[in-house]
Amino acid sequence: MLPRADGELTARQPRSWRGRPLPYGLQRLLHDPGAILGLILVSLVVLTALFADQLAPYGPTEGSLTDAKRPETWQERGLPGHLLGTDQLGQDILSRVIYGARVSLTVGFFGVLLASAIGVTLGLSAGYLGGRVDALVSAAVNLLLSFPYLVLVIIVATVFGRNLLNVILIFGITDAPVFARLVRGEVLRLRGQDYVTAVRGLGAPAWRVMLLHLLPNLVGPLVTLMTFEMSAMIFYEAGLSFLGLSVPPEVPSWGNMLALGRSFLYIYPWMSIYPGLAISLTAFGVNLLGDWVRDVMDPRLRHAD
Amino acid sequence: MLVLVFFTVRLTGDPVGLMVARNATPEQREAFRVAHGFDRPLAEQFIGYLGDALRGDLGRSLRLHLPNMDLIMQRLPATMELALAALLLSLAIAVPLGIISGVFPGSPLDLLARLIGLAGQTIPSFWLAMILILVFAVNLRLFPTFGRDSLQHLVLPALALSVASMGQMVRLLRSAVLEITREDYVRTARAKGVSEIVITLRHVTPNALIPLVSVVGVNFTYMLGGSVYIETIFAWPGLGTLLNDAINDSDFPLVQAITIFIAAFAIGLNLLTDVAYDLIDPRARQR
Repeated sequence: MLPRADGELTARQPRSWRGRPLPYGLQRLLHDPGAILGLILVSLVVLTALFADQLAPYGPTEGSLTDAKRPETWQERGLPGHLLGTDQLGQDILSRVIYGARVSLTVGFFGVLLASAIGVTLGLSAGYLGGRVDALVSAAVNLLLSFPYLVLVIIVATVFGRNLLNVILIFGITDAPVFARLVRGEVLRLRGQDYVTAVRGLGAPAWRVMLLHLLPNLVGPLVTLMTFEMSAMIFYEAGLSFLGLSVPPEVPSWGNMLALGRSFLYIYPWMSIYPGLAISLTAFGVNLLGDWVRDVMDPRLRHAD
Repeated sequence: MLVLVFFTVRLTGDPVGLMVARNATPEQREAFRVAHGFDRPLAEQFIGYLGDALRGDLGRSLRLHLPNMDLIMQRLPATMELALAALLLSLAIAVPLGIISGVFPGSPLDLLARLIGLAGQTIPSFWLAMILILVFAVNLRLFPTFGRDSLQHLVLPALALSVASMGQMVRLLRSAVLEITREDYVRTARAKGVSEIVITLRHVTPNALIPLVSVVGVNFTYMLGGSVYIETIFAWPGLGTLLNDAINDSDFPLVQAITIFIAAFAIGLNLLTDVAYDLIDPRARQR
């Protein structure tokens, strides 16, 4: 990871500010060039996705065959209107990369949201209720985690049809065990603590203990895991597109662009270079941001890389 | 595991509709269904399938009309060669680099280690594979672009496949070494006047390598997964290309067979890793 002032800040950490970690987080952010860079990159990608219609010079499927197969503007046969060149149908690469941010971010964001929702429900029930629920959930989680992840995704993806909602479902389902395992472990650790015993002694029902007393204590590790899983999901979505198992080929996603670019790699390399660069920069930004979130949310994990 | 694969793959669609010519009569369809056993109840089909799988029979491919197990065994050596080469490559680079960067944080080599660690997390292997082809095969003409004829053919695919695990190993080793150098026994050794080289080689390295053992097994199974992309891009005649073709052809018995094979392999490897861990680290045995 990029350089950061590990430990140096802990001494200056303000003791409390209504008990929230916010000032510490901001303070860390300002002292951490990596986190600032991550924040800038992620904001850029999010803004690009939101304002794709305004930013992109052309529509994602707009193009004329007379302009097809042109390299970048600065190359010999480049066209002034197509900064990053055009594909074999004359579609503008830059515009498709800009629109592609939507697919990646949508899958990453909602996929993680779904995975964590399923995973938290299962993990909380398994960890807190124990017994048969725990045995069942643990068995399922261990089974799914023993699969190489890509193989699991491929199996599930062959079942679902190719559209955005299904891709989100695929990742939401296959990634849920990771969240379930984390939450179960944390709940097992928290369950024996005095405050939980106290609430139970007061007669609180199980759902109340789980939602109001256990869940808030899980926010730190959860948010951290969500960030890292999101960057992994952007990766795997591109990979799934690459195998032709994600969104339909006409949808401008970075993975689809790469899958298409592979066929033209030797003659029109610009079709593959830029979508891949977009994936890498996004993953880079999300990862840097993830490091910062982890440091802020749980200082204990700072050295566990 | 078998249950999961069987039912999910079977839900993909009606195999009969895929396999029989469009103008086939209903009688012909029915005959096909009976011949391949698709007319029996799902549960019965599953029991038969389960029994066969346990005997090492993973059914027959719909398109290639050959036993799946034969197809897998035929492609397995190429995939093993690629995955082992990638694993050795990541170990050969990650182990020295991870340890050096942990011993000398802030040095130029440490910077390199961090860059590799970051690259593993942020560069998709299939994009890296394409860039490697562009740079080293198309522009510099140093390596062949695809195929599996000589050792030279192995270099680029192995490199592309290894980057993710190389990055993870470097990060793991670096943080392990950073932690170990703060341990009491290292301080004791230093106080005794043991030289830094001996401390690094005898005290730090063996302990830093322990967490690596568990990662090696997991990474190897992930490489089998990642080989689907890399093999396809480099036209490497292994399990990955076979799986990719099977997906494109809707050859679901073959998809099923390959995924079961890889999953079984992964589970076996996990078991071996646990055993190896116990052998290497006495602390794990006591628990």
